[in-house]
Amino acid sequence: MSIGLVLRGIFSALFVASVLRISTPLILPALGGLISDLAGVINIALEGIMLVAAFTGVVVSAYTQNVWLGVLAGLAVGTLFSLILALFHLYLKTDIILAGIALNIMAQGGTVFLLFTLTGDKGSSASLASGTVPRVVIPLLHDVPVLGTILSGHHIFTYLAFLLAVVVAVFLYRTPLGTHLRAVGENPEAAASVGINVVRVQTIAIGLSGLLASLGGLSLSMAYLSFFQNNMTAGRGFIALAAIFLGGRTPWGTLLAAVFFGFADALANQFGSLQVPPQWVQMIPYAATVIALVVYNVRRRRQAIERARRMQEQLHAQGTAFGGGD
Amino acid sequence: MSSPPLIEMRDIVKVYPNGVVANDGVHFTVEPGEIHALVGENGAGKTTLMKILYGLESPTQGEIRLRGRPVHFRSPLDAIAHGIGMVHQNFMLIPSFTVAENIVLGQEPRHRMLVDREAALQITRELSQQYGLRVEAEAVVDSVPVGMRQRVEILKTLYRGAEILILDEPTAVLTPQETQELFQAIRALVAQGKTVIFITHKLREVKEISDRVTVMRNGRVMGTLPTAQATTDQLARMMVGRDVLLTVEKPPAQPGEPVLEVRDLTYVSETGRTMLRDVRFTVRAGEILGVAGVEGNGQTELVEVLTGLRPATGGSARVRGREILNATPRQVRLSGVAHIPEDRLNNGLALTATINENLIVDRYFRPPFLRGLFIDSQVVQEHGVRLIQAFDIRAPGGDVPVASLSGGNMQKVIVAREFSAEPVLLIAAQPTRGIDVGATEFIRRQLVEKRSGGTAVLLISADLAEVMSLSDRLVVMYEGQITGVFPQVDRVSEEELGLYMLGLRRQTPEEMEAYL
Ligand SMILES: Nc1ncnc2c1ncn2[C@@H]1O[C@H](COP(=O)(O)OP(=O)(O)O)[C@@H](O)[C@H]1O
Ligand SMILES: [Mg+2]
Repeated sequence: MSIGLVLRGIFSALFVASVLRISTPLILPALGGLISDLAGVINIALEGIMLVAAFTGVVVSAYTQNVWLGVLAGLAVGTLFSLILALFHLYLKTDIILAGIALNIMAQGGTVFLLFTLTGDKGSSASLASGTVPRVVIPLLHDVPVLGTILSGHHIFTYLAFLLAVVVAVFLYRTPLGTHLRAVGENPEAAASVGINVVRVQTIAIGLSGLLASLGGLSLSMAYLSFFQNNMTAGRGFIALAAIFLGGRTPWGTLLAAVFFGFADALANQFGSLQVPPQWVQMIPYAATVIALVVYNVRRRRQAIERARRMQEQLHAQGTAFGGGD
Repeated sequence: MSSPPLIEMRDIVKVYPNGVVANDGVHFTVEPGEIHALVGENGAGKTTLMKILYGLESPTQGEIRLRGRPVHFRSPLDAIAHGIGMVHQNFMLIPSFTVAENIVLGQEPRHRMLVDREAALQITRELSQQYGLRVEAEAVVDSVPVGMRQRVEILKTLYRGAEILILDEPTAVLTPQETQELFQAIRALVAQGKTVIFITHKLREVKEISDRVTVMRNGRVMGTLPTAQATTDQLARMMVGRDVLLTVEKPPAQPGEPVLEVRDLTYVSETGRTMLRDVRFTVRAGEILGVAGVEGNGQTELVEVLTGLRPATGGSARVRGREILNATPRQVRLSGVAHIPEDRLNNGLALTATINENLIVDRYFRPPFLRGLFIDSQVVQEHGVRLIQAFDIRAPGGDVPVASLSGGNMQKVIVAREFSAEPVLLIAAQPTRGIDVGATEFIRRQLVEKRSGGTAVLLISADLAEVMSLSDRLVVMYEGQITGVFPQVDRVSEEELGLYMLGLRRQTPEEMEAYL
């Protein structure tokens, strides 16, 4: 296939739609991670929580033959799984990073073990008849050319992801609990001194991050694909963490960064049709993550140096470096 | 009998889990509407007593009565509910929140399910007006001056309905002018029926503001008396248990060659804030150059840049002509610089290592300590014995971990190491902060002795009295700049320095040129 075909692919409505679809399992855990990060409890177990939820959703929906029961079970189990992190870090005082790593390992091994026990297959749950959530066809808009293709017909998780970005922003900046959460993350002693229960707030924050990461996991196994696959998150939980920092720890920034990573991923899919080794193509999203973080930090440093230089020039230009009090 | 006191703390004992007896049978009473000063040296147990009253610590033993009734506070919320508010020694604010958000934090006014920001601003402005405590409701706390942060803390307690205000060393971070402003505010509060407990160790402030004063030493109360009947000397004796000599005998300085020349030094932090701009000064052999200023105006950064702990952004700093900016800390030390760091627990000592080990960390890699590939423990041992004796370090021996020493003796370990390095330049940051009077006297005398022996000394201290009494020349730092230079320290008053420290007055570069 030719480059021309790939380019035409990128500048199409279908490609934009695929960016939105592929961003979904990044946006959701990133928003969750943002909540716990702002509360001062960084959740590096997002990856594991996604896996656990993805697995639970598939299994429960297959056995009950009810998609929604599967979703609910996935959310419940994923959130409970995240609360193990709260238990270990907040109540038993383990290091949060170590506990997070342990959860990730447990999730990856545990899901494969259970998968094998249930289906006799270590690779995927293809033999289980699990469901997928319905697509949402927006009346009228659906038939508009281009726009209809981009905005209509996605799985509900995709709409939910963008909607939740707004909800999370309002929650963090406008509600009392969100305010307490940010206060706890910034100065826990000060928060405690005005009667805010730090441990309670942080537990809630971890639980919410688990809930959102679970949604992300379910969007992989019950929407994006229709089955569970060994390690199907493929590092998305970690890319979500990168999105939080790249997004300057704000809801909008995080959303934007997650969509950027989704774009890189979609790009990889397009290049998949070219005659290049697939490993190179699959590297794109991860390389994009690393490059984006490097650029971000270099830029920040450069800005700081630039500011200092301007400051000094100003002072020298004024001649009276010490004139004018502030 | 007349009505019971507003607060009565009886026979309070507090033993911390680590075994420190911070309060040892304390009896403390406060009358309604008074300003009660609580004084004592660092470590006397003042903060502990107040934390107990505020429900932050539970007493090991003893009883608290409020208006004659016994109370038990399980958390600050209980104390707040009883009208007690506390402004802590280190501020309890959220830097990225606005003043109004900080004031209502934890008890936000609500509109439906959301925080009512308008109401928070309104509340802040009304409280500010009512008590004459000037704040900018919409400003982000990180960007407002220390004095205002303190007013925010006071308003925070008033918003929660405080009738009794505990102020823990509120003046420690203030300039003389800001202190006066605070005193006015305190008087206004009392005029509106509040009661104030005011912790300090500055006796002049006690005389100025309080009605009664309680002196603590070593976890015990040495006495409570009406301020009008107490003399400063008497209070000082009660505080330290003996006559104190806080003035240092100082022969006139004989400045020699320039040792440290700092020119156009600029430092921008990782977060992009300019912490030092165009700093220039010279320190000569045989003189102490003091740097005065409210903490947080770049002093810490200045020291860390000069000692190789942070990279400078621009400018130069030469020690006997040799550039030391952006060199490693070891290179800086090898050019003859010694450093008594401000944060002695983190930067000055390895707490779990022994005294002997701490005394060689800057020289273990050289003979006679290093012999071949190994450190000669015999030499290290003898070296330790010698310094422990010379610097009067009170310890059972050189083999005990530094963590087991008192604050004053820890500092003496650092002083012993740095002074015995025979530096040409000594940078001393807050050398006597938080240590006992005995060790303070000792360290101050040593500093003067070193300087008289020809060492150049750069002294940074937040204790204005200390810089003024020790320095031969003085500069003031404000917002990362040198804003004033005083070649003769005895010709300037504390109040005048205060104006410079506040940024209300500054000299022009031309005025300073000759003296830098
Ligand atoms: N949380 C704590 N744990 C153990 N020891 C403490 C604690 N807080 C204070 N101390 C010790 O209790 C003593 C009294 O301290 P503090 O009440 O802070 O004195 P002050 O406020 O008068 O300077 C000191 O020796 C101090 O080291
Ligand atoms: Mg104290």
